Amino acid sequence: MPQVSIPLISLRRRVMDHVMTGVAVLTVALVLLPLFAIFAYLVYKGVGSINLAFLTKIPKGPGETGGGMANAIGGSIFILGIASLLGVPLGIGAGIFLSEYGRNRYGDMVRFVSDVLNGVPSIVIGVVAYGLVVMRQKNFSALAGGVALAIMMIPTIARTTEQMLLLVPQAIREAAYGLGVSRWRTTISITLRTATSGVITGVMLAFARVAGETAPLLFTALGNDYWNWKINQPTAALSLQIFAYAISPYDDWHRQAWAGALVLIVLIVSAVAAVRIAVRHGTLAGA
Amino acid sequence: MGVGITVEHLNAFYAKTQALFDINITVQANHATALIGPSGCGKSTFIRCLNRMHETIPEARVEGKVLIGDLSVYNGTSATQLRRRVGMVFQKANPFPTMSIYDNVAAGLKLNGFRNRKQLDEVVHKSLQASALWDEVKDSLHKKSGASLSGGQQQRLCIARALAVQPEVLLMDEPCSALDPISTGKIEELIFQLKEQYTIVIVTHNMQQAARVAEFTGFFLLGKMIEFDKTEKIFTNPSDKRTEDYVTGRFG
Repeated sequence: MPQVSIPLISLRRRVMDHVMTGVAVLTVALVLLPLFAIFAYLVYKGVGSINLAFLTKIPKGPGETGGGMANAIGGSIFILGIASLLGVPLGIGAGIFLSEYGRNRYGDMVRFVSDVLNGVPSIVIGVVAYGLVVMRQKNFSALAGGVALAIMMIPTIARTTEQMLLLVPQAIREAAYGLGVSRWRTTISITLRTATSGVITGVMLAFARVAGETAPLLFTALGNDYWNWKINQPTAALSLQIFAYAISPYDDWHRQAWAGALVLIVLIVSAVAAVRIAVRHGTLAGA
Repeated sequence: MGVGITVEHLNAFYAKTQALFDINITVQANHATALIGPSGCGKSTFIRCLNRMHETIPEARVEGKVLIGDLSVYNGTSATQLRRRVGMVFQKANPFPTMSIYDNVAAGLKLNGFRNRKQLDEVVHKSLQASALWDEVKDSLHKKSGASLSGGQQQRLCIARALAVQPEVLLMDEPCSALDPISTGKIEELIFQLKEQYTIVIVTHNMQQAARVAEFTGFFLLGKMIEFDKTEKIFTNPSDKRTEDYVTGRFG
């Protein structure tokens, strides 16, 4: 063997290595900074106004102190529940269609329309839900709010579901076909199940995005100063309540708006975290 | 018990490209039949025609007659019914990654609506024993995912999964091509035992493997079946010059 001497890594390369690593770390910090800044500021402004009354009482009249946003917290959960019930199955169904049956012109059309829908301003979606539900019911309602948010969830869920299903190798589908499993059964029990964690990520993205929406609820759910669990009645929502309180002239309401924003973020984060933990809990070693 | 296979005038196409030309063959029940030939000669396409996997590819189609036992494959039999009688093991082990070892083996039965827990336990046990995997996985049946096993174990898991639906024929498409010699040896041993109960058709690139496991061997070239005979004859005294060239390593 001839003796080879491998040259030492030059100073320039070593310096460059450190510089690039530093740049990468810096960009991560810059991306995370707004998130932490917002959260920290919300905690600073809002945490003082969060108390038992805030979480359990309904709003007091203008100028009175006290009262809370319990009905808005409940209303938000109610409306988001309706939206998820409508939007998640439709979105996943559309995603399944696009991935498993949509390799054709009709599929391309659905893909295009879905991407356009994703870019439609949320207030326009609100107007659509107003036309579809409120005008027919002659009433603002939780259902109308849910429909508006569901429409916003569908394109995100459909496209991520499609992408996640396409990542499942064809060999896995073939394995199921080879056992005499029918195509739809393979799609539901094998392909979708294999892609579960990715599909759930898409669902949670869509959920988190619409959870804080205000504009589509303005003339659908409308808001309500009292408790409501009827699907066809105007319903309070945190985002609406924050909006109403933030533009009011009262200091106490301003403080409550901050608290409401904090509660909203905490609710979204805990919902996403809970689903993640639930999914991980059901996952096998080595999967 | 295994059943014989009869193939008459089989042609297969991918869109406008013809991949198989007028294949005629009779496979004996409860024997292993090997298919050899250079890459792209149509071996895999051929066995995928036996359980109608070929037609899962867009624009692929088949002409001709295939009989599995007395069941006519391309004449009024549903593909799902057929595939329960004709199991398949693929080139690359493809366990269901989100399922436990147990669920992988039970998948064929469960997904076809079979729910009796006690019988499922028994089928899983027997299938894993038949594929010589039971001792290695019996303690982690429900805990570990099928994808956490080694490559050789995964392939034996796939064999167990195919056996669990109690087929009559087992198609193996280069089942050892991604495995080391020890795992390959285990699977070859397995083929020997499985012959007693199943008819086996195995595609292989390894001619020694064909010689070791199969009583009959077919040689494919450019989509045609050049020669089909007893394995011994194919390797020692083939009738066709092209077969001789291939098995003696002069081309391919």
